[in-house]
Amino acid sequence: MSRLTVVDADRCVGCQLCMFACNRRFGEGGLAKSAIRVRSAGGFERGFVVVACRACLDPPCMKVCPVDALEPRKGGGVILKARKCIGCHRCEEACPMHAIFWDNEANKPDICVHCGYCVNYCPHEVLAMKEAEQL
Amino acid sequence: MRLPTRVLMADLNTRRFSVEDRADLFQYYIGGSGVAISLLNEYCPKGADPLGPDNPIIFAVGPLVGLYPLASKTVAMFKSPLTGNLGESHAGGRSAVAIRSAGYGAIVIRGASETPIYVSVDSKGVQFRDASGIWGIASSVTTGRIIRELETGAGTRTIMRIGGAGERLVRYASVITETYRHFGRLGLGAVFGSKKLKAVTVSGDHGFEVSDRKLYRETYDDVYKRAVSSPVMKKYHDIGTASNIMPLNLQKGLPTMNLRATTSPEAERISGEKLAENYLGRRVACAHCPVACIHIAALREPYANEPYFYKTTMIPYDYELIYALGSMLGVFDEKMMLHLIDAVEIWGLDAMSTGVVLAWATEAMERGLIGQGETLGLALKWGDEPAYAKAVEHIVKQPNEFYAALARGVDFASKRYGGEEYAMAFGGNEMPGYHTGPISHVGHLTGSRHSHLDAAGYSIDQAALKDKLLPDAKTAASKLLKEEAWRQVLSSLVVCFFARGIYDKDMVSKTLATAGHKVPPEALESIGMQILREKNRFKEREGFNHKELRIPGRVFETPSPLGKIDEKYLRESVEEFYRLLYA
Repeated sequence: MSRLTVVDADRCVGCQLCMFACNRRFGEGGLAKSAIRVRSAGGFERGFVVVACRACLDPPCMKVCPVDALEPRKGGGVILKARKCIGCHRCEEACPMHAIFWDNEANKPDICVHCGYCVNYCPHEVLAMKEAEQL
Repeated sequence: MRLPTRVLMADLNTRRFSVEDRADLFQYYIGGSGVAISLLNEYCPKGADPLGPDNPIIFAVGPLVGLYPLASKTVAMFKSPLTGNLGESHAGGRSAVAIRSAGYGAIVIRGASETPIYVSVDSKGVQFRDASGIWGIASSVTTGRIIRELETGAGTRTIMRIGGAGERLVRYASVITETYRHFGRLGLGAVFGSKKLKAVTVSGDHGFEVSDRKLYRETYDDVYKRAVSSPVMKKYHDIGTASNIMPLNLQKGLPTMNLRATTSPEAERISGEKLAENYLGRRVACAHCPVACIHIAALREPYANEPYFYKTTMIPYDYELIYALGSMLGVFDEKMMLHLIDAVEIWGLDAMSTGVVLAWATEAMERGLIGQGETLGLALKWGDEPAYAKAVEHIVKQPNEFYAALARGVDFASKRYGGEEYAMAFGGNEMPGYHTGPISHVGHLTGSRHSHLDAAGYSIDQAALKDKLLPDAKTAASKLLKEEAWRQVLSSLVVCFFARGIYDKDMVSKTLATAGHKVPPEALESIGMQILREKNRFKEREGFNHKELRIPGRVFETPSPLGKIDEKYLRESVEEFYRLLYA
């Protein structure tokens, strides 16, 4: 099963179209529910960092959820069962990539489901859907 | 439906803020320029000192921001300390999306602080933060680096700040955002400085509802496809705005050495193509823009005093910077030119005004109007970048009366020292890089900001060159007026003018409808005209009179690609423009 992959962050221009695309899945504008983030690597002069879920096979976020609101996704990563979630932020803190974001309006995590919608809107070949490569 | 109609009012005198719903303004004027001019009329008292506490700073965004590609700009309005009337400047970066995500359609900053301050805005309101520890930092880049560490919201925030030029009240100081974007023209940086305001940061995390989710996504895809497949967009992505250097040089329309010439055999060295081949290190985009027109050179240089020790500086370049700090000053050595751009960026000056001021000073020195007594020993000569870099520092620090005069703009300096016939400003604003024919200059004279972006007169000139037919003065005026009025609509949405080919009347109406704002396509033009009239009314209220516009004689001496420019044509066209504006 394929997953979202950052294939070349050096091509990233910081346009954030991926972030807007992610949010648009919910039929709204802005960035409130986006599960991917592009930020500068300490100022625009240093280029960009694309922060995205890497679909861990043994996800640390899932292990710390006290209410089992995160279930393993086939192919890696997790699926959020929003109804179970109590908004404790532990998953967000456990992710070493800082790839879990917070929807403050809903008080729930925004977690990538590896649907690939954002890839369609990356004009600069930074993102792709790919099979995970094993070392 | 949540349209961005909330206006955040921040008062630097009392360090208090409030939020007002101004649906009344947004309903008719849409957002951006339309709302900003209404707020400026409301909050800027007649005759206010541009560098006094009464001058408000207004930032406005519009209903397409955060919803559609290329709706990426924030409009700033204020009373200009350079011209004494309308101050308007647009910038992208992440500013527009950040302001809307924080829940506001506009921000109004009033009053002045007695001690250095910076302002941090989010959806909860305003934090007034002490800036005494960062006041006096001359570099806009360093200021950005420090505030970046102090504030949250990496990736979705804007950090608008000033460098030394703003603090020292240079009348054409800029406000820099996200390192490479600027509220460049007409002196917003000095207005910040006069309020002891070092920076404004904005971040937020609100989403925006749309009227019809499915239609929104379909319309989005339509805009997106047009954006990524348009040839204009490709041009600005590949080489950037600097791609205009070679064509203008070839047509003999590139102002060179204070517009004594319009072409140079050396121009290729500073062309977009050469810079891309040898220096382009990175491209950067504003939030929600697939084009990424921002081109950044990586300049690798050795330190003089230590072998094998290098530094690499990332320096942004655009057509206007290359014109103003390259050809206009005869600086055709591309490394030297990049150095000068870097200096102007770091101090936080408007590049166009700085280049034009220095070009006038060079010619005035050549003609003996000023000497080394005035310049503090600098011999300003075409192409002498180290002297220019030092002069830029003097303009910021103003160690004597001469540099203090330069810091007030070329109109002021030439009135004091002479040489008005080659002081290249229109309406008090230093000229942009187009000597394409008479219509570009009519545009600089009549444009509400005296900028090439008001109505792009150069493109009418260039069409005339292609068709070998110059429209008569009255037709030219009517074309300029129509274009400038339409651009008020675009800058109220707020979309980047590079996207004007995508956002035609129907597309504007369609996208606005999904944003929850219903305006039929046929109603848009009259809204644009109304906004333009409001802007001109503000100018006239503050003393602007088009009959008193000074046209530097140099414009008529140096032939354009369309031949020698006729003063009568210019005057007639200007007259007609204002007649039609109020007709």
